[in-house]
Amino acid sequence: MSIDLSQFHQVFFEESFEGLETMESSLLDLDCDSVDSETINAIFRAAHSIKGSSSTFGFTPVAEFTHVLETLLDQVRQGTRKLMPDHVDLLLQSVDCLRGMLTALQSGSALDVAQSHDLIARFNAILSGQAAQPSSVETVTASVQPATAAKPAGAVDAMTWAIRFIPDINILRTGNEPVRMFRELAELGSMKVTALTDKLPDLGQLSPENCYLGWDIELITLESRQKIEEIFEWVADESDITITAQASADTLVPLDVPEPEPAAESVVVPDVVDEKPTKAVERRAEPAAEQAKAAESTSIRVSIEKIDTLVNLVGELVITQSMLGQLGNEFDMSKLLRLQEGLAQLEHNTRELQENVMRIRMLPISFTFSRFPRMIRDLSRQLGKKVELKLSGEQTELDKTVLEKIGDPLVHLVRNALDHGLETPEQRKAAGKPETGLITLHAYHQGGNIMIEIRDDGRGLNREKIRAKAIANKLIGENDPLSDDQIQDLIFQPGFSTAEQVTDVSGRGVGMDVVRRNINELNGSIDVRSVEGEGSTFTIRLPLTLAILDGQLVQVGEQVYIIPLVSIVESLQPRLSLVNRVAGGCDVFRLRNEVHSHYSAVRNFCHHTRNQQLEKSLLVVVETGTSKVALVVDELLGQQQVVIKSMEANYQKVAGVSGATILGDGTVSLILDITDIVQMAGVHQQHKNGLKLVSSRVGAG
Amino acid sequence: MTKILAVDDSASMRQMVSFTLQGAGYEVVEACDGQDALNKARQNQVDLVLSDVNMPVMDGITLIKNLRTLPNYKFTPILMLTTESAADKKGEGKAAGATGWIVKPFNPDQLLNTIKKVLG
Repeated sequence: MSIDLSQFHQVFFEESFEGLETMESSLLDLDCDSVDSETINAIFRAAHSIKGSSSTFGFTPVAEFTHVLETLLDQVRQGTRKLMPDHVDLLLQSVDCLRGMLTALQSGSALDVAQSHDLIARFNAILSGQAAQPSSVETVTASVQPATAAKPAGAVDAMTWAIRFIPDINILRTGNEPVRMFRELAELGSMKVTALTDKLPDLGQLSPENCYLGWDIELITLESRQKIEEIFEWVADESDITITAQASADTLVPLDVPEPEPAAESVVVPDVVDEKPTKAVERRAEPAAEQAKAAESTSIRVSIEKIDTLVNLVGELVITQSMLGQLGNEFDMSKLLRLQEGLAQLEHNTRELQENVMRIRMLPISFTFSRFPRMIRDLSRQLGKKVELKLSGEQTELDKTVLEKIGDPLVHLVRNALDHGLETPEQRKAAGKPETGLITLHAYHQGGNIMIEIRDDGRGLNREKIRAKAIANKLIGENDPLSDDQIQDLIFQPGFSTAEQVTDVSGRGVGMDVVRRNINELNGSIDVRSVEGEGSTFTIRLPLTLAILDGQLVQVGEQVYIIPLVSIVESLQPRLSLVNRVAGGCDVFRLRNEVHSHYSAVRNFCHHTRNQQLEKSLLVVVETGTSKVALVVDELLGQQQVVIKSMEANYQKVAGVSGATILGDGTVSLILDITDIVQMAGVHQQHKNGLKLVSSRVGAG
Repeated sequence: MTKILAVDDSASMRQMVSFTLQGAGYEVVEACDGQDALNKARQNQVDLVLSDVNMPVMDGITLIKNLRTLPNYKFTPILMLTTESAADKKGEGKAAGATGWIVKPFNPDQLLNTIKKVLG
């Protein structure tokens, strides 16, 4: 039976990466002076598991590497070695190295073993340095050698062996059946078994659970002594077994004399076993490309409770369906009320089912948060800053796709907070703050959104500096009146960076504009609040899922569009007196003394609102970040959850449209991309001499 | 149908073992640690237990000790899946009542051969 082991690789990689995360977070928790046994055990177990599986699936370099790691961990665990901070560093480096090796293996690319060999050498130096007892494996191999030094493969003379087997009285209680061993022996050749009954007690004292018998076995076989020993391997320690060679058919070879043979050969595993792994290796090598492809498809682990809930819900749905079916077969108007009830129940079931199916994709944000303790540890050392990291709300669940995509922006923000936000210990002391800075990551639900806050108690944003920089970069004019919020928002503009000098830590050419863009792509938003000298807080707002959206249906001419509910601020009927046409042909309107541009959906999508007069239309005010734009629509229809279908996948990217959905009546409706639309309004404004600033002036006047 | 309880905290090992055994016509019950295995052994009378040693919650040795106290599992074969470096674990496992061991790494054929021998 041949089984393709590569089908288990995906799971192996996933659990190994998980194991590495466990190792990493546990290593960070370790206190060298008082090693917590549960923590060190967890680390050991993770390393041990990776070693076991990687050797089984043929990833020998990984197995070899984890072996030395495990040896050190085992000594610490057993208390024979004191854990040093250096060891923790080395172990953390090993985690990184293993992660790299596994990633390379997963993607099918070439494995760079230089780093692992270097680390192995360092581990070996530690292990041998303290003249600790040699690792158990070597002892085993050494002691096993003489036993395995059996007859060379060429010597195939039939031998007669006399075997005396007196098992332990408790042998049956370990599930070992002497009959099984006889059966196996019989497969080796012909044999004669004589029972030794001298220890058999009187019937009255006989316990059927004990084994009182012993056996003398005469076996004639071509097989080696090793084969016979293997059969008794599991019971050898507690049983009395002697195996003696009687005679060979042709030449009498006394077996006690060990054959002189090179050590290398003597360790060779029996042929049968030896041959197959080689084949397995060959098999694995062939479909490397396919394997790499398969590795890309990701899977998700779902708790049994979630699945059970789904099964229950489907059960309820089936009941409702059969009830409705029955009602439909014999329907008359007297049953109208029951029909309505049934339909209401169906709606309820469907909604619950939908919510729960969505929940399958949800993972706790701890998956992303967990990387930060390590990052902060490394960075704070590198920068010479003292930092405490506080995480809260790690159990807040988020769609898997959102979770994967939010990782990089979060890393960027945390790096920034540490590099630019926090001061050095001396500066903090001088400012009357505790030397150790505080960075807080907090996740929570608000409305239908997930909020993530990244807060630091550092120096805060310097508005004058930002302003000066923005003027220098020609983002704003010298005399533009800007509110504090507007100034802070400038840091999200493309090409803006407040750091005087680009550092290794956060100055990697990725600016806050990219962070905002990435978050906007997830239908989320980011803004910042900062008090100079007290610190900054970045708040990210994300939708729970990317697959479903709470939408407001609006009528524009003959078409129905969908505006994401999260971006709608309010809807109103405009008074003409508040609407101005400013120079350049742009329309602005004043809303409670704030001035906004209004942007007619008609221009973009080439069809007209039914109401030619603006006062008969409605304005829907939408915002992203701090820019607000009003969309002109004919009518507000209902609000509903819509399933987002990709435009790119089915047609092509359309500016201002993030996707499409199918409405209840079967028509297709486009979902507006508010970020895009605000930007388009912005482009329009810039084109017309900067409407935003123009409108500010109008507002001020 | 012969029923086998496969215990391992590593999902990939569990999958590999299950797949191999099911392909050979055995029925497989999976458990992810000793405690889980003990519960499943009580719910299902199995004919053979294959257990990893190093596991969270309850390790393999404790599992074997516990299984041997159950009347239904007094004589049931229990095989440990161990790595060669854990040589001392073999002795400990035997003392706890293990029938024998299969040394990791093993391939599907080795696993099946050993199981066939034990189950006869």
